[in-house]
Amino acid sequence: MPETAVAESSAGVPLRELARRHGLHAAGARPSVPAYVRELWAYRHFIATYADAKVSSSLSKTRLGRLWQVFTPLTNAAVYFLIFGYILNTRDDVKNFPAYLCIGVFVFGFTQSTVQAGISSITGNLGLIRALQFPRASLPVSVTLVELQNMIPAMAVLGIIVLATGEPLTFQWLLIVPILILQSLFNAGLALFAARLGSKMIDLKQIMPFALRVWMYGSAVLYTVQMFERLDQKWLTVLLESNPAVVFIELMRHSMMEGVELASPAGHLWLLAAAWSVVIGVTGFLYFWRGEKEYGRG
Amino acid sequence: MADERIPTVIVDDVHVVYRVHGATAPTSPVSSLKRIVTGSKLASIREVHAIKGVSFVAYRGEAIGLIGSNGSGKSTLLRAIAGLLPTERGGLYTQGQPSLLGVNAALMNDLSGERNVVLGCLAMGMTPAQVKERSADIIEFSGINERGDFSSLPMRTYSSGMAARLRFSIAAAKKHDVLLIDEALATGDAKFRRRSEQRVRDLRAEAGTVFLVSHTNQSIRDTCERSIWLESGVIRADGPTEDVLKEYERFMGGK
Repeated sequence: MPETAVAESSAGVPLRELARRHGLHAAGARPSVPAYVRELWAYRHFIATYADAKVSSSLSKTRLGRLWQVFTPLTNAAVYFLIFGYILNTRDDVKNFPAYLCIGVFVFGFTQSTVQAGISSITGNLGLIRALQFPRASLPVSVTLVELQNMIPAMAVLGIIVLATGEPLTFQWLLIVPILILQSLFNAGLALFAARLGSKMIDLKQIMPFALRVWMYGSAVLYTVQMFERLDQKWLTVLLESNPAVVFIELMRHSMMEGVELASPAGHLWLLAAAWSVVIGVTGFLYFWRGEKEYGRG
Repeated sequence: MADERIPTVIVDDVHVVYRVHGATAPTSPVSSLKRIVTGSKLASIREVHAIKGVSFVAYRGEAIGLIGSNGSGKSTLLRAIAGLLPTERGGLYTQGQPSLLGVNAALMNDLSGERNVVLGCLAMGMTPAQVKERSADIIEFSGINERGDFSSLPMRTYSSGMAARLRFSIAAAKKHDVLLIDEALATGDAKFRRRSEQRVRDLRAEAGTVFLVSHTNQSIRDTCERSIWLESGVIRADGPTEDVLKEYERFMGGK
């Protein structure tokens, strides 16, 4: 049987021709966008299982395990309230500042942790990437799902805080679901951007905490949106008010609290939120897809 | 038989060049800054020409051993076939998606062996129903439960041999058109090695093609009837295992 291939290629059949005749395809070719979407859909069970595994493995070495999903946001809120609500007292424009502050911290934290996890979703899984062939977008997408899974108990904690500070439970609270869906789509887009950038520029991981902090300070988390109105430059006000983080935070405040003064009318905010989610979600996906065959090399 | 052989991997004058960043990385902040200021950034990128014009055709049902001394480009060639490394020049064509099975193919160490099996199978593209059906067989094949119930313990508690066995069992559970094995068989004990060599033969019988990189000539003799000898990125010999190995052993002995 072992008739060597060297003999055959020297027999005059060009190898490229042989490959074409038997329907072999070039290794390392990138799939088209529709094919990639289909592939990703076929891997949905992997994405879900991976996200679930990631949540339990990240907490498996702690004694309290999944209770940390509740304790972490609770501690976070306590720290911010102590500094900004109690010591610095930045509460001038709002009646119920603790609820106002906590909503901002929690909603911003959702995007922040997704971006941070997204950056290392490729570089932290090189072993898996080099061993197995699967659509790489599965990793940043499942990172988004992990953070969504962490967000759900956090939202329960937030709900209790908001109710405890005297806000009523209204039908408006149902809007939390579409807000979280839109924000997750937005986050997925950012995670996809961050994943490819992080795989190309290893140093990005060092800079990201600072960039995210600047973003948080510009997002009316620790102070009220009315500060934006007092700025001298009109364009800066517009820019700050269309900041996606501000949009999601304001929508959440609108749905969970009574009588909050918003940066823009609610309808305007919904449009902005939808636009941000679609634009970032789609461009993030396309940007990530263009690098599909680069991941895990080097 | 020669006319109806179906090629699964065609390698046509392939060159692979590695670019190594930071090969001469400065060790202090001052020298990093100096490098950036003076713009001598390119000096730290070194090129390694690992594969220099390799051509061969692999057919369905073949098991091919890749031999050569350390650093001869065997693993690089496998990674290029798996589509994990870009080729500098030349064409590389494959049937389906080749799967590379290496010893450093890490799964998730904090998870139990069972959950790693599920995750690994899903990552290979199996459906949840197929995973349910196969996972017991995979654990059984890997033999990790021979000394107590290890499959429910986290993988970080496994010995390196056990982890390698489980990884091999997961990868071997699926029918692959082309399976690339990098030293994986060397890690198990003698009993597991016999079992995995049998599995490799089964995979070939299911009309797949298997590539095996190994430094133990015996396992190549036992599983492959054809061998390719690589040296410094060039094919030195390609033919029946016995002939190639004899030549290789003479070369290594004469050094």
